[in-house]
Amino acid sequence: MLMIEDLQVELAGKIILRHIDLEIKPGETHVLFGPNGSGKTSLLMTIMGYPQYRIVGGKIIFKGVDITNSPINERAKLGIGMSYQRPPTIHGLKTRQMVQLCSGNKEELSVEDLARRVNFVDFLERDVNAGFSGGEIKRSELLQLMAQNADLMLFDEPESGVDLENIALVGNTIARLLQKDGDGIGAKTRLQYRRERTKMGLIITHTGHILDYVIVDKGQLLYDGVLSCSTNPREIFKCITEVGYEECVRCTLENR
Amino acid sequence: MYSRESLKEKAAKAVDKRAGIGPDINLDEFEATPVDHEYLSDDQLKSIPEIEKERLVMSGVDVLERERGGTYFQKDTAVVHCKSKQDGVEIIPIQTALEQYEWIHDYYWKLASVDTDKYTASAEMNLHNGYVIRALPGARTIYPIQACLYLDKQGIQQNVHNIIIAEEGSELHVITGCATSPHLTKGVHIGVSEFYIKKNAKLSFTMIHNWAEDMVVRPRSVAQVEEGGLFLNNYISMKPVRTLQMYPTTHLVGDNAVARLYSIVVGSPGSEYDVGGRVYLKKPGTRAEVVARTISNGGRIISRGHLIGEVPDIKAHLECKGLILKGGLIYAVPELEGHADGVEMSHEAAVGKIAQEEIFYLMSRGLSEEEATSTIVRGFLSVDIPGLPPQLKAEIDKAVELSEKDVM
Ligand SMILES: Nc1ncnc2c1ncn2[C@@H]1O[C@H](COP(=O)(O)OP(=O)(O)OP(=O)(O)O)[C@@H](O)[C@H]1O
Ligand SMILES: [Mg+2]
Repeated sequence: MLMIEDLQVELAGKIILRHIDLEIKPGETHVLFGPNGSGKTSLLMTIMGYPQYRIVGGKIIFKGVDITNSPINERAKLGIGMSYQRPPTIHGLKTRQMVQLCSGNKEELSVEDLARRVNFVDFLERDVNAGFSGGEIKRSELLQLMAQNADLMLFDEPESGVDLENIALVGNTIARLLQKDGDGIGAKTRLQYRRERTKMGLIITHTGHILDYVIVDKGQLLYDGVLSCSTNPREIFKCITEVGYEECVRCTLENR
Repeated sequence: MYSRESLKEKAAKAVDKRAGIGPDINLDEFEATPVDHEYLSDDQLKSIPEIEKERLVMSGVDVLERERGGTYFQKDTAVVHCKSKQDGVEIIPIQTALEQYEWIHDYYWKLASVDTDKYTASAEMNLHNGYVIRALPGARTIYPIQACLYLDKQGIQQNVHNIIIAEEGSELHVITGCATSPHLTKGVHIGVSEFYIKKNAKLSFTMIHNWAEDMVVRPRSVAQVEEGGLFLNNYISMKPVRTLQMYPTTHLVGDNAVARLYSIVVGSPGSEYDVGGRVYLKKPGTRAEVVARTISNGGRIISRGHLIGEVPDIKAHLECKGLILKGGLIYAVPELEGHADGVEMSHEAAVGKIAQEEIFYLMSRGLSEEEATSTIVRGFLSVDIPGLPPQLKAEIDKAVELSEKDVM
């Protein structure tokens, strides 16, 4: 479980997140909406532990551990992973090596098998993110997350810039990572599968396309440094489309 | 017999001549008198003390000669082992060659000038030894030849002259290590090298240096590549040294000749490096690439590169990248000289520190800060070298890996 209480975050001397309350229970996936510059990426980076996002108030609890001041790698070890919007290039580090590192250098890991699932085998010998196109970056990030096997996965606009053919691939891969696909069902009943689901997700989206592939439990709207929540992500998306962010915040608040 | 008198005369006039660049060294501080060491049989070579073996392994030299086509091993001033295991490849101590073979005089001091500076002069006035490695026409070696120049006696001056000849259509790989005994701290190594890559021949020359804190090193090398020839030169030096200065020069004298020079240098505190690569492109279709990766963790590194395009239709690229990890200085000096229409020359130089963002990215995949840093540094130091046999690539990776802990 991820619990964020009254979080306040400062970036470069400016408060960008004023008051954030967020609770993601095991097995739950939320989508995060919000206008450009509203601080969505900042929220994810803060959860991941990037020190330039200075926490000036509130706390973050993950799996019962207060991680408000933990370094990035401790959070990763605890099971938080992220798919970045604009990850840096690391020269001389092959994507294959990166995937291996993500898995904690598991001997039995077959990088090829994982890569095949996101159509990325041809990129394994290339330096991480070096010259990757927008869509290729997304697949590379997903591949790394697959190897990492995190429990809470933060996706920063995973479908932006992805072409029509790859969108299904990306969507289904995320669903699988979050145990939101049908594959794991087998002999179990759907209910059982849902109960046993443990993976948590927080997905930033502008387009809402991801909702076509992943059954999302809640929608969050970030506006003016504050999160407002609606139980139905489709509803909130529809509302943004029809009346805009500001109006939508007002109506979700009223409907609480 | 050919007379070396005129060379000696020329050298005598240059014994006090300072080098154009690099700190001046008073060679009188060192002892150049020959030191005897017993010749080692194959079995004796295999059973040299572990501690020496380790030093050799770090420089890419395997005393068991696994996957090696031959060995030249010189300790201080004496040749302690020399043999070729491969048909078509000759390995001869240069003193022997000078005594016995007339042909060596077509090569000896024909590319490098004996009066370049006091170091070349000293190498001629008081030549200890060195290797001549020659691949006969059409010979294609499978395994690299290994050569080791080892310093054992404290305060010694080692004067070496090496000649490598890749005859027409041959392919030759040489890995050469320079190392010092664990107890040696002070000494000077002067190494003159002349490389002849003939028509359609290929030579890869990989040099790994492992010096000591108070070592002075002055290599002087010149290469010449004929039509269709390829010269691959890799250089690695990651251990401390007092001062190392070299500016190896390559002349591409035949159509379509190619030179690729790669170097990795790490400057520790107290170390002073002045290193570079210079390539003259003298015929149409010639290509050159000079790639340098330098890291300073407190040392001073001057990283030079100089490309001279003399005719049209040549292509050359220079890349100097430096990383400052723990202070020190990296001074990149890239120079391009185009003397004709239609030359295509470029350079890329960058000096900086590791980007925080990259460290955080790796940390978010579960690596500690130290692991992330070393992963990035390793990536920085890993350059793809097209045409290098996998074993040699592995030797380079190993050398980098073994020295890595000194870097962080
Ligand atoms: N280094 C920085 N210095 C100053 N301001 C910054 C810095 N980085 C980000 N910001 C600002 O912080 C605010 C929040 O940015 P953030 O990237 O979190 O927005 P976002 O909601 O993810 O936007 P988008 O939808 O465009 O991705 C923006 O106004 C941005 O310009
Ligand atoms: Mg963003």
